[in-house]
Amino acid sequence: MSGLRILVPVKRVIDYAVKPRVNKSQTAIETTGVKHSLNPFDELSIEEAIRLRERALPVSDILALSAGPAKSADVLRTAMAMGADRSIHVQVDTEKEGDLEPLTVAKLLAKVVAEEDRNVVILGKQSIDDDAHQTGQMLAGLLGWSQATQASKVEVEKEGSTVTVKREVDGGTETLRAKLPIVITTDLRLNEPRYASLPNIMKAKKKPMIKKTMEDYGIDIKRRFKTVKVVEPAPRQGGGKVEDVDGMIGKLKELGAL
Amino acid sequence: MFAASRGASVRSVRSLLRRNGPIPLNRHSSVSRLLSTLAVLEQREGKLNVSSLAAVSAAQKLGGSVTGFVAGSGTKAVAEEAAKVKGLEKVIFVDNGAYDKGLPENFAPLLVENIKKGGFSHVLAGHSAFGKNLMPRVAALLDTQQVSDIIEVGGEDTFVRPIYAGNAILTVQTSDDTKIITVRGTAFPAPETEGGSGAVEEGVDPKAECSTEWISENLAKSDRPDLATADKVVSGGRGLKSKEQFDKLIPPLADAMNAAIGASRAAVDSGFADNSLQVGQTGKNVAPQLYLCAGISGAIQHLAGMKDSKVIACINKDADAPIFQVADVGLVGDLFEKVPELTEKLK
Repeated sequence: MSGLRILVPVKRVIDYAVKPRVNKSQTAIETTGVKHSLNPFDELSIEEAIRLRERALPVSDILALSAGPAKSADVLRTAMAMGADRSIHVQVDTEKEGDLEPLTVAKLLAKVVAEEDRNVVILGKQSIDDDAHQTGQMLAGLLGWSQATQASKVEVEKEGSTVTVKREVDGGTETLRAKLPIVITTDLRLNEPRYASLPNIMKAKKKPMIKKTMEDYGIDIKRRFKTVKVVEPAPRQGGGKVEDVDGMIGKLKELGAL
Repeated sequence: MFAASRGASVRSVRSLLRRNGPIPLNRHSSVSRLLSTLAVLEQREGKLNVSSLAAVSAAQKLGGSVTGFVAGSGTKAVAEEAAKVKGLEKVIFVDNGAYDKGLPENFAPLLVENIKKGGFSHVLAGHSAFGKNLMPRVAALLDTQQVSDIIEVGGEDTFVRPIYAGNAILTVQTSDDTKIITVRGTAFPAPETEGGSGAVEEGVDPKAECSTEWISENLAKSDRPDLATADKVVSGGRGLKSKEQFDKLIPPLADAMNAAIGASRAAVDSGFADNSLQVGQTGKNVAPQLYLCAGISGAIQHLAGMKDSKVIACINKDADAPIFQVADVGLVGDLFEKVPELTEKLK
């Protein structure tokens, strides 16, 4: 197989617009009955993969993957409705086993990359639940590949061997160039993800989704971390409103902020 | 020499602990005595990045010895500068231009070699663009699960970090031998940069190949205080309506207060302000003395980046905007009138 063989790992997370609540026993965030969606940064990854194909680059196929509970199949259907060709669902009972840690996911992805002969992996820069910001970099490290994190622009040469990536850094952007294979992580500025149309949602139901388990890949899911507790942050006391600009200046002086 | 033997003894104690299975009761006292931390410092064109010193402050909370690390061309001078930072016992430098841009493909193997040589139990770096890019790769090479963006040190193996855009605070205990950690800069005030007398030592350089080529950069230039470390921040949102209005209203107010400029995602996405100014879950985290914002509603993703500010003030015409629930001082009004008036009165 030649051309770009893209892997897009996606995660099912609590919808970004939902305010998360800590459970009563202070061990986790309440997830039952809460709206879940595709991690917003992963939408950008899929969109970018599809756009590479639409730019008439030699994209052989786009494989989406999610590791998580049965309901993660939903986000894979979304990915395929957007344009991914097929998907792998690695089933994990997160209720029982706890969420997978980034290093575990990176190890799984490294196995999938080898087995599926991938040369481009596009991940979100972070998931909006754990906010760890690790998986892509860990995967690149395990594979010994180039990495371009927080990408806001990705350009691939027509023959599909060299990638130029503009990435968001503190204070601006920087541009990197690397030969394939590469791990790219997406920043919000990369693109504007499309909505899946109804016909495409219907078509996605026919696209192949393979069910796998962590054991199939020989990955140990034992956690390195133990959650001691999860608490709500100390609430901020709104200080009330002032009438006019003078009132604002007065109050700020009183608070020692000016 | 001393450091090397101490590193070896840390390792032997640890392997002994592992072999013995159940951990003896005195584990904490014996390990914490041998605890040694490497703080990865950032430099740019031969100048120490002071905000990266938050890693040193966090390291000091762990107890044990703290060693700094810096790499790039001509970093001996940077190391000497860093050696004056209070709390640093030693600074290791690697003088090689290949590390100037902090590319993780060769910087990670460099760090791994120096971590192994020094036998460090903890390795800390800022949760900056540099640290976020580099440290997970280092962690993977060491087969360690990294702890990201900590805001508090709870003990030798216990750390506190925000999750869900700061809507929950997680205390986590790690079982890894080598702890790889990134530190939220605003949660650990930088140490004094004078008065220390650390030693300076050259590190090992494995000279790993770098598969990635650095081409160019485009950094926003400004004379204003740096957003991440400024005492005061003036921030604008969608309510500014256009880039022209943003540029007309926000910089003069920031000038009048000697503040840095920030922006909401909506303002950045609409092109009012540069990406690097974005405050929030996916932009920068700030915790200034004063965060004054205009035309920002206060979405949870934005609050994630600024709600640890000492004093929050806002101007918004919508009295029901969520920003008022966190603001210490709120003014309901048209920002196109109020901001110029405020600027005038603060001059």
